[in-house]
Amino acid sequence: MATSRNRSSARRTSPSIHRPGPRWSGRRVYMVTGGVTKFAKAHPSMDFRLMVKRAYDQALAEVPNLTRDQIDGSRISYFSDHFTRQLKAASMVQDYLGLNPKGSVRIEWGGATGGECFQAGYEAVASGRMDVCLAAGFETMSRVQTWKGNEFIALASDTNFDFPLGGFYTGYYALMVIRHIYEYLRLGKFANVKDEREAQRLAIAEGQRIMSWVSVKNHLNALHNPYAQYPKKLSVDDVLRSEMISYPLTREQICTMSDGAAVAVFCSEEKAKEFTDKPILVKGVGTGTDTMRLADRPFGKVPLMPHESARDYEKLRYPGVHSFRAGRAAGLEAYRHAGIENPTKELDFIELHDAYASSEIQTYEDLGLCRYGEGYDFVLQGDPFLKQIQYPFPVPNAGAIPVNPSGGLIACGHPVGATGLMQGVFAFWQLQGTIAEHFGDPKLQIQGAKRGAIHSHAGTGSAVTVSILERGF
Amino acid sequence: MAPLKKFDKFRDIQAEIDRSGSAIFQDANGVEALIIKSPYQINYIHSYAEDSAFFLGLAEGHLLGSRCTNKECGFVYATPRGHCMECGEPTAWLELPKGGKLHSWTTCHFGSEAFLKETPYNLCLVEFEGAGSLLLARLKDCVESDLYVGMPVEARFDPKPKYSITDVWFVPAKGGSAPPKAGSSGRGRARP
Repeated sequence: MATSRNRSSARRTSPSIHRPGPRWSGRRVYMVTGGVTKFAKAHPSMDFRLMVKRAYDQALAEVPNLTRDQIDGSRISYFSDHFTRQLKAASMVQDYLGLNPKGSVRIEWGGATGGECFQAGYEAVASGRMDVCLAAGFETMSRVQTWKGNEFIALASDTNFDFPLGGFYTGYYALMVIRHIYEYLRLGKFANVKDEREAQRLAIAEGQRIMSWVSVKNHLNALHNPYAQYPKKLSVDDVLRSEMISYPLTREQICTMSDGAAVAVFCSEEKAKEFTDKPILVKGVGTGTDTMRLADRPFGKVPLMPHESARDYEKLRYPGVHSFRAGRAAGLEAYRHAGIENPTKELDFIELHDAYASSEIQTYEDLGLCRYGEGYDFVLQGDPFLKQIQYPFPVPNAGAIPVNPSGGLIACGHPVGATGLMQGVFAFWQLQGTIAEHFGDPKLQIQGAKRGAIHSHAGTGSAVTVSILERGF
Repeated sequence: MAPLKKFDKFRDIQAEIDRSGSAIFQDANGVEALIIKSPYQINYIHSYAEDSAFFLGLAEGHLLGSRCTNKECGFVYATPRGHCMECGEPTAWLELPKGGKLHSWTTCHFGSEAFLKETPYNLCLVEFEGAGSLLLARLKDCVESDLYVGMPVEARFDPKPKYSITDVWFVPAKGGSAPPKAGSSGRGRARP
């Protein structure tokens, strides 16, 4: 075992996230409108400028008092210059929308690009630099073939040590979930199986089955979301029997590449009142990071949520490659900012970055929805499922804390620079109570939703953002 | 000049673009888009810089990690780095054991375009006695059903080095592939 030796590894904790946080002295910031294009495998008749324009026009049409002249500036996000082979594409969005010469900056932070852009828009207003800020994001991934696209994404791993081994993000996440399954199913539910290989195989089969429940959930929810790329009715067997991509992850447990755009508009309190009677407060923001290379992740102690105890994790070496410390750090900061002590009790839903069904389960634990090690049971008990949807298995606790009511990345698609903003728009509509109006179908509306979280995640958990939104009316 | 071929399914366009370099896509609303081939190739002058000794070491059959030179710290990295992530002091090179254990593993049935022809291939994270971090590598000469977390593995080196991380890979250790009995170590957890 790697880590129990000589070592100084006891010191490898996360000192910065144990400190009490800074005081948040910024202004209150409201989201007043949002827009999103349908996410699709390809939008060949729209380029990124037109996609953003469509989402922007949708957003502005909903708040007639908000005109282009009142926008003080923008934050524009996309992940990879490779996908379009157009550097400074954000400048082209800025001028297509006619926003010159107002201030703007491009945001990029891997898979969390959209979530970072959401927070950059928030910060421009919180700091007092702007009263009205547009956050816009996009990605056009269809301009290259899927396996070339995978290569571009994998260039967001260390090109000396990681990329030349296969350049494949699904492989990295498979390594992480094999270890997660080992820690929590092999050493949990299957602790009494004597034969090591058999025990690990049984644990992996159980993990695959439970990950398939997550895939079934997200695809089924998306049947009621017209913006989703791959809504479908799947059985657990359909998911298990879909193509093996990187053991133990199958095709239906993995998000796909997409074209799409999304925008959000942030305002000061005073301005928000001019534009809408249904503003949504950005109650808290948090970010976290971790090593680029999986191989460098530490084996230390768990930074605790207020409702957890050190005794819960006496034997756990954290985060290793089984958990996302950046997600825990982002959650802790956002919860502290929003005054949340127990997220499951104080949040009504989460739009969570489920690039993989495995990472959705790992993230339940990072965000404190359940304790580390309880993620699989959390699924089997039904907590992250919607009460109003019929799933092909019993989900007794459905509605406890719905995760990805929209369908998440697995079913909605993942045009990277837009994804975190898409989550923001779906959460905004949930909290406004306008899902029926926007989806043309009331099914996914969580009745009385007052507070929700959005979570955006970059390469193997190297960066994560969490933002808390709350009904402001 | 031959007229451009028109397609209403995007997935059908690729072959035509490869063949003739251009085509028309017509979407469900009748909007037409002109699609062309836009090639892009580049050879970078890539320097391994401060990681160079590791790759030179592989070419000579040595697996190098690094150890923090700060005596108070002394952290050992299985994937070397020039400065310590814990305390910021410089590190020194050190030779790692040739064998270790699987911390995790997977079999990739797909990969980036550049590696598709090599599929399926195995990836593993290896833990070494005395090191506090791991190494990511290929795992060969085994089948998926052999593999388990905790399995002993040994390094092999390419006799014709390409100066790439793929110059080293791991194989199941000779005589060491039988799994430990339940309750023994290999758990990746803190010892009491």
